[in-house]
Amino acid sequence: MTHSTDIDPSKVSASTAVQGRKKTLQERIDEFPWWVGGIFVIAIGAFYLVTTQSSFGEALAFIRIGIGITITTTLYAYGIALVLGLVAGLGRISRNVVIRNVATLYVELVRGIPILVLIFYIALVAVPDSLGLFKAVGDWLTSVGLGFIGGPLAGINNDSISLNVRAIIALSVTYGAFLAEIFRAGIESIGKGQMEAARSLGMSYAQAMRYVVLPQAIRNVLPALGNDFVAMVKDSSLVSMLAVRDITQVARLYAGRTFRFREAYTILAILYLGMTLVLSVLVRILEKRLHGNSRK
Amino acid sequence: MATAENKPIIEIRNLHKYFGDVQALRGVDLSVERGKVVVIVGPSGSGKSTLLRCINHLEVETEGEVWVDGKRLNEKNKDINSIRAEIGMVFQLFNLFPHLTVLDNIVLAQRVVRGRSKQEAIQTAHEQLKRVGIAEKADSFPAQLSGGQQQRVAIARALAMNPKIMLFDEPTSALDPEMIKEVLDVMLALAKEGMTMVCVTHEMGFARAAADEVIFMDHGLIVEKGTPQTLFNNPQEERTKLFLSQILHH
Repeated sequence: MTHSTDIDPSKVSASTAVQGRKKTLQERIDEFPWWVGGIFVIAIGAFYLVTTQSSFGEALAFIRIGIGITITTTLYAYGIALVLGLVAGLGRISRNVVIRNVATLYVELVRGIPILVLIFYIALVAVPDSLGLFKAVGDWLTSVGLGFIGGPLAGINNDSISLNVRAIIALSVTYGAFLAEIFRAGIESIGKGQMEAARSLGMSYAQAMRYVVLPQAIRNVLPALGNDFVAMVKDSSLVSMLAVRDITQVARLYAGRTFRFREAYTILAILYLGMTLVLSVLVRILEKRLHGNSRK
Repeated sequence: MATAENKPIIEIRNLHKYFGDVQALRGVDLSVERGKVVVIVGPSGSGKSTLLRCINHLEVETEGEVWVDGKRLNEKNKDINSIRAEIGMVFQLFNLFPHLTVLDNIVLAQRVVRGRSKQEAIQTAHEQLKRVGIAEKADSFPAQLSGGQQQRVAIARALAMNPKIMLFDEPTSALDPEMIKEVLDVMLALAKEGMTMVCVTHEMGFARAAADEVIFMDHGLIVEKGTPQTLFNNPQEERTKLFLSQILHH
C-alpha cells in the first residue's frame, strides 16, 4: 500500500521502543487474559464428567460419531465457498454491468434470507428442481435421438444427490455470499495506485489482480476469512435439520432415545467449543506468521 | 519520405478530458520527438498530471487523439497492454508492490508481460538496481527503504521493461528534501543517455539542466512553451510570469 511508504523508519523504532517498556503490575492485571482460566475450568469439568460419570462417557462415545461429518461438511463447504466468494467478490467490483449486477443480486438475496431457510430452500427446492430440469433435458435429448448424452441425464432422479451433498451445496452458496463481501472489501482496501502501477507496466487487469492486488487483499482479510471459517463450523449444526448426521443431529438422536438431555447437549456444546477454540488459535498463529514474513 | 524514426514518438491532438462536470483538459496539442526531455510545469489543478496519465491511458480522453509510437490509444484497443509496456511510469507515491521484495518488484512484469526467463529477469533487475545505485537493496522489502530509495526502485522497475518513453508524475514531491537529489541525479543521467522523457515536476533546476522543452500549463491549457532559458528568463504570458515568480521567489 502506498501509505505504508510514508512511515519514517525512525518513528517506527520509537513506537516499538514504547511497547518494549516494562509494564506495571496494574497493566499486567488489566491485560491478562483471565477468560482463558474460565475455559480451563470448563475443560477440566468436562474431563471430570466424562471420566467419572458413565452417562456422560456414553453420550460422548455416541455423539463423537458425528464429528467426521461435521468436519468434512464444513471443509468441503468452506472450500467451495472460498471459490464462489472470490468469483462473486470480483464480480461485485467488475466494470461489466451484467456481471456486477448478477454478483450483487446473489449477495443481496443470500444476505436477506435466514440461513436455516436458505438451507431448506436450496436442499429441498432448488436442488430437486434443478435435477428435474436435467432429467427433462435428458428425456428430450433421448427423444430427438441423442441418447448417448440424454441417457445418463434422463436417469437423474431426486435421489441422485444425497442430503449430505445438498447440505454442503446449501452452506457453500450461503457462505459464498458472505465471503464475497470480505473479498470485495479486501480488494477495495488496496490503494488504486497498486492497480495503476501494475497496469502501467503493461499487465492486464487479470494479471494485475492476480499478482499485485489479490495477494495483498487476501493477506488483509485473512482474519475475517478465519473468523468466517469458525462461524461456519458453528452454522454447520443447521444441516442437522436435513437429517445429516453431524454431531448436532447425532446428539439430538441420542437425547431423543435416552431422554438424557443434560448429557447430550453438554457434550455437544463442549465439542463445538473445543473445535472453535482450537481453530481460533490456529487462525491467530497463521495470521501472525503471514504478517511476520512479509512486512518486516 | 517520413519514416517512423523521425516522426514524433508522442503526438497529442486537441485533447479534452472531463471528470464528471469538471474539465481538466480543454484542447491540448503536444508532440514529443524521440530522445527529447519535456518538462511540464504549472499550478496544481492545471491538468498536467492528467495530461501525463493520458499518454499511457491511465486516463481515457473524452475527446481528441493520443498517438504513441505510431499507434492510436483507444479503449477498445487490445494492444493497450503492449503499448503500456513500452511506456515506463514513475508515480509521486512510488506505488511499489509492498508484498514483494525489491528484486521481485522489478522481476514481476518482465516475467508476466515480457515473458522473460526467470534468470534473464533477475539479471536485468540487478543491472537496473545498479544503475540507480541501490544494488545492495535487492532483497529488502519496500517498507524497509527510505522514500528516495523507493523511488529509485520504482524507476528501476520501469526501466527493466526497456521502455521507449519514461513518464514522471511529480517524482520528488513526496520526498524529504535530502532525498530529492538522489532521484534527480538518476533522472538526469537517464536524460543524458537519450531517453525520451515527459516529466511533471516543480524542480526548476532539473528543468534547466535536462529539459529540451518546458511547457507551462494552466486551467487545462498549454499557455506557453519554449526552451528552459526562454521560458524561465523571458516568459511572454502574464500567467507564466506570475507562476514563476511564486515558485522561484521564496
